[in-house]
Amino acid sequence: MDLPIYLDYQATTPVDPRVLEAMLPYFTERFGNAASRSHAFGWAGEEAVDRARKQVASLIGASPKEIVFTSGSTEAINLALKGVGEMYASKGKHIVTSQVEHKAVLDTCKHLEKQGFEVTYLEPSPTGRVSVETVAAALREDTCIVALIWANNEIGTLNPIREIGELCHERNALLFTDATQAVGKVPVDVERDGVDLLCLSAHKLYGPKGIGCLYVRRRNPRVRLVAQMDGGGHERGMRSGTLNVPGIVGIGEACALCERELDADSEHARALRDRFEGRIFAELDHVHLNGDREHRLPNCSNVSFAYVEGESLIMGVNDVAVSSGSACTSASLEPSHVLRACGVGDDLAHSSIRFGFGRFTTEEEVDHATQEVIAAVRRLRELSPLYEMVQEGVDPGAIDWSGSH
Amino acid sequence: MAYSDKVLDHYNNPRNVGSLDKKRDNVGTGVVGAPECGDVMKLQIEVDGDRIVDAKFKTFGCGSAIASSSLATEWIKGKTVDEALAINNTEIVEELSLPPVKIHCSVLAEDAIKSAIDDYKAKQQATPE
Ligand SMILES: Cc1ncc(COP(=O)(O)O)c(C=O)c1O
Repeated sequence: MDLPIYLDYQATTPVDPRVLEAMLPYFTERFGNAASRSHAFGWAGEEAVDRARKQVASLIGASPKEIVFTSGSTEAINLALKGVGEMYASKGKHIVTSQVEHKAVLDTCKHLEKQGFEVTYLEPSPTGRVSVETVAAALREDTCIVALIWANNEIGTLNPIREIGELCHERNALLFTDATQAVGKVPVDVERDGVDLLCLSAHKLYGPKGIGCLYVRRRNPRVRLVAQMDGGGHERGMRSGTLNVPGIVGIGEACALCERELDADSEHARALRDRFEGRIFAELDHVHLNGDREHRLPNCSNVSFAYVEGESLIMGVNDVAVSSGSACTSASLEPSHVLRACGVGDDLAHSSIRFGFGRFTTEEEVDHATQEVIAAVRRLRELSPLYEMVQEGVDPGAIDWSGSH
Repeated sequence: MAYSDKVLDHYNNPRNVGSLDKKRDNVGTGVVGAPECGDVMKLQIEVDGDRIVDAKFKTFGCGSAIASSSLATEWIKGKTVDEALAINNTEIVEELSLPPVKIHCSVLAEDAIKSAIDDYKAKQQATPE
C-alpha cells in the first residue's frame, strides 16, 4: 500500500492508464491539427476527435453533434449561462439556480446580475436537495434558464433532475445541469432526463485535466448560444480555438470506460464507502452525516466530527488525502456555502471532512484510513474544551459565546 | 499549506494538556473564541503568591491554534502574573512562524492568557484573605 492514501476523488481523479495509453500517440506521431483538411496529419486528428465525440455523446445519451469541447466544466458553465443569457435575453432575463451550486455557476450568475439579469437562488432542503416544487414556484414567464447541479461536489446529494427536466419543458424554460460529479458515477441520459444543456469534465472521471464539454440540445428544442470565445469558428462556431486533440482523445476514452464500467465502479465505491461509514459511526459518537443518505453519489461521504476542527483533523491524518469543506474554497477560512445553505451550523461546518472513494481505492486503504481517522478524532477530542463540556453535561451550543472573543 | 516544524511539534506533542479545578481560588480560567468561528481555547493557571506555578490548556481549532495555546502554557509556567501579562501575540507569531492567515490564533492565545489572569484576579478580590 502506497502512502498517502488518496480519498479526494471529488477534487480530481488520476488518469486511468488505459486513457493515458490512448492519448500518448496524439502528442507525438499523430500531432496534427484536427482542422487541417489538406493532409494525413490533420485527418488523423479529425478522426480521433470524431471518435471521441461519439464516445462522450454515448455516455450521456446525446448525439455527437451536440457535444462542444471546452477546457473543462468552468468554461462550459460560462458558455452555457452567458451564451443562453445573451441569446435569449429578449425572451426574459430571469435565471433560476440554487444556493448549493459550484462557484463557477454562482459567480457566472453574479456576473449576469451585473448585466441586468435577475437570479433566484433556491434554498435546498437540509440534505441539500432542490425539490421540483421549489423550482415550479420560482419559474416565471421571463425565466430563460434553470441551472441546477446534478450531484453536489461537497456532499454528493443528487437532485431530482428528471422531474425538474419535465417541469422545465412544460413551462418552456431551458434546463442546464452541472453534471461534473454525476457523469460516470450515476446513469445520465439527456433524453430520458430532459436536459437541454449539461457540462462534464474529464478530470473527474479518470481523464486528463483541462478538457471537458458542454452538451447543447439540437432538437426539441434546438438550443442556441452566443459564443463566448471568438476566432476560427471551431466547434460549429460555439467555441473557437485549436482543438486539444490529446485531451479530447483522453475524455473520449475515459467516457467509454465509464460507460462500460459504471455499474462496477459505483458498486466498488459504494461498498468501500459503506464499510468506512459503518466503522466510523460504530466507533465514534457525535458524528453527523452531511447530505442525503438516500439520494447521494455512491462514492462520497461528507462527515462532521463534532467538537473537532476540520483542519486540525486533516493535519492529524497524515496518511490520508482528504478535504475539509470544499476543495475549491479551503484556501479561505469561511465555512462552506453548501453546508450553510443546508442549515448546518458553522460549528459543525468547521468540523466537516469530505471523503471520496474511486476506481483505484482498495479495501486495505480504506481500513487504514478509517483507523487513522478514528485515532485522530479521539486524540483531538482529548484536546477539545468543547468535548470536555459535553462529557460534563454542558451543551456548547447552549452557551453565549459572544463575550469570549 | 505547509506547517512550520515548531507548529508540528506542538501539534504532535502538545504541552500541558488538561484541566485544573476551576473552583479553586488560586486557579484562573480563560475561555476565548467561539465554535462558530472554528476556534475555542481554554487556558488555566494556578498561582502561588504572584507566580504561575502550573498552566493547562484545551483547544478546539486548527493546528496553529493548538500550537499557539500549547506554547502559551509553556511560556507562562514559572512567570509572575505581570510577566505573563506582558506576553504579546507577535512573539507567538515569531516563535511559531505563523503565516498571516493564522495570526488570529496567536491573538486568541494572548487573549486566553489575559482572560485567565483576569479570572484569577477577580477571584482574589472577591475572596477576603
Ligand atoms: C460540480 C462542479 N462543477 C464545476 C467544477 C469545475 O470543473 P473544472 O475543473 O473542469 O473547471 C467542478 C470541479 O471543481 C465541480 O465539482
